[in-house]
Amino acid sequence: MRSRTVRTRPAAALALLTAAAAVLGAGAPSGAAPGTTRTAQQAQQALQEQKDGCKPVPVPPSATDGPSVKAIKSKGVLVIGVDQNSYHWGARNPNTGNLEGFDIDLAKRIGRDVMGDEKKVVLKPVATADRIPALTSTDGSGVDLIVRTMTINCDNLDKVAFSQPYFNIKQRVLVPHSSKAANVDDAITGKTVCAASGSVAWKVLDAKRTAKRIVQVDNQLDCLVRMQLGQVDATMTDDELAAGQSAQDQTVRLVDGFEQPETIGVAMRQDRTDLTARVNQVISDFYRDRGWENSFEKWVQPYLPDGSKDPSLYWPVN
Amino acid sequence: MRARLAQATRTPPGRLRLAGAALAVLTVAFGGLTAWQLEARAQAADRVVSYSQPLSQNAADIHRRLADAATTATTGFLLAGDEPKAVRDQYEQDLATAAELISQAAARTTATSPAQQKLTELNQQLPVYSGLVETARANDRLGIPLGGAYLRYASEKMQTDLLPAALELTRIENEALTRDYADAESFPWAAYGLAAVTLAALVWVQVTLYRRTNRVFNIGLLGATAAVLAGGLWLGVAGLTSGDALRRSDREGAAPLRALDTARVDVLQARLAENLHYVARGSTGKYLKQWDAATASLVGQGDQQAPMERRTGSLPQALDLAPGAAAPALREAAKQYDVWHGLHDAARDLELKKSDYQAALNATVTANGEQQTSDTAFKATDKALEQAAGIEQRRFEDAAGGTHNDLRNAAVAAALLGVAAAAAALLGLGRRLAEYR
Repeated sequence: MRSRTVRTRPAAALALLTAAAAVLGAGAPSGAAPGTTRTAQQAQQALQEQKDGCKPVPVPPSATDGPSVKAIKSKGVLVIGVDQNSYHWGARNPNTGNLEGFDIDLAKRIGRDVMGDEKKVVLKPVATADRIPALTSTDGSGVDLIVRTMTINCDNLDKVAFSQPYFNIKQRVLVPHSSKAANVDDAITGKTVCAASGSVAWKVLDAKRTAKRIVQVDNQLDCLVRMQLGQVDATMTDDELAAGQSAQDQTVRLVDGFEQPETIGVAMRQDRTDLTARVNQVISDFYRDRGWENSFEKWVQPYLPDGSKDPSLYWPVN
Repeated sequence: MRARLAQATRTPPGRLRLAGAALAVLTVAFGGLTAWQLEARAQAADRVVSYSQPLSQNAADIHRRLADAATTATTGFLLAGDEPKAVRDQYEQDLATAAELISQAAARTTATSPAQQKLTELNQQLPVYSGLVETARANDRLGIPLGGAYLRYASEKMQTDLLPAALELTRIENEALTRDYADAESFPWAAYGLAAVTLAALVWVQVTLYRRTNRVFNIGLLGATAAVLAGGLWLGVAGLTSGDALRRSDREGAAPLRALDTARVDVLQARLAENLHYVARGSTGKYLKQWDAATASLVGQGDQQAPMERRTGSLPQALDLAPGAAAPALREAAKQYDVWHGLHDAARDLELKKSDYQAALNATVTANGEQQTSDTAFKATDKALEQAAGIEQRRFEDAAGGTHNDLRNAAVAAALLGVAAAAAALLGLGRRLAEYR
């Protein structure tokens, strides 16, 4: 891998800085953070964490099996909670019955690396609202991991533990092609905007208070239905889910600009630190052997707007 | 004038003339009033048979067809490319029948009726719904999850706009039916009262005449009395038998049918929720709650192993109200429902405990008709309920069918007998009057 010095010129774009850090980060042993480079995004992330007053304790990657991993192995099955409605992330193909998408690739990789056999992995669809209860339940109906575009934020960190982040997400706005909106503020101000209830997008819209009306739906995909039917002017959602939407409808587009950059990670119970370390190792390996990039190119990249197709924008700096 | 009146009441011929006029008025009034009251009841009975009961059943059928269309659309969606032609045909049949029933009902309903407003709503929403279902189907064929989102949107439209409008229509029609039943069965007090007054007047005139003339019988007045008695008797017999037939048609037909319609809709709601849960693919738990609510309305929340008679809900109520002939079909429906419930629980376990969505889906719907699934058990339940409904509808028609004719015949008879009585009375008194010349 090629190394690059960080430019200090003020003109240096955020993207370039992130890219540099990502390449540096990936080159480091086991994918650990290089520690010496601070990028704009890192700074922003740190600022966010400071503001929220919480910061995840980093767990160094480890390839050895701890007590919880051993317990799962003796149980013979690793249950991973996934989504089956997010196109190209975790979705059931109605014609084949198979789950497929970026998160599914990662979930399968974790299963293969941890259990040594893909057949010992059960992918269990979990509703957004059930993600945390599914992890913490003790009645045997729960899951060991959640790989389902789960945001690493203070609310979630309070209840569950996260692996190292594996994807950068931002809140983006989708509009029909016919819309003249150029950026996020254009697209939202005075308009009827759709967001999934309880989502980050909804919180952002609610805090901005510029939309004429916020339409709340169960699932971000319901926003696309309403946008196609002309009931809403715009939709705010994560850029990865927005890419999934534009993959399903070529007459919608992403506008420039974004809100609330965050990262997503694999969630698990807080008392299983050895499992966290094991999953961190898988994520690092996944990135290092280009599995991450392959999945990105397959599921996400083709549906991203021009100018933001660079994979390094999406690999979080660890 | 006063003098003439005084003369009329003071002299015997004057009194006779007066009595004659009074009796003629009374008997004709008796005939007219009885005919009018019986005709009103005949019209109400006719409305029960020809309008309100068919319209009430028609509204319930619209509701059921719409719910069935929504259920069938989700079944076809879940089977995706494997959707058998029969499923597609049934969906189309449901929509076509619903549209036909709506236009039939609209043609029979007056423009100002609140029912007409609901029918207009249904007419407007039905094509919107079917458009959404076709969009869902097209997207699903492309293999994109947007299809599922469209189908959930369409089903939501069905559950929040169309089905409530159909339910409201059924309520309006049932109210009209209850009103018409009450009108048809109401007791003709005025006719009975006037019959008594007329008879008393006839008897009084005859007794007075007997005292004055010592003639025991006046053939004319006797004939008039017999005619009024016959009219009163006809009124009594027709009133009692038609009242009894109407009450029987309500007890064994219309009332159990209404209970049965409620149960059938609960069954369809449960089936729709069951399918939507799989359409939603675990993205929300709300359809499991809908299933629980629909089955609780159907058979109550208590012990699911208890015999149907001891549960609460629309199915036990339909069984309780059912006439003997329809009971076996309803018991069969209850049995099939228990099978269905067991299959549903097993599928739910497969999905939630074993995380095997595909196996759970296969246990719910399958393109292979041989295999026992929730869908086949549901169909068996629905078929048994349909059979019971057929029996109850026939019961209604058999009992209520002839009543309005009986009442109308009695009305004509009362009118003729009233006129005959008046003629006879005038003739009888005319004889006496002739003796004064």
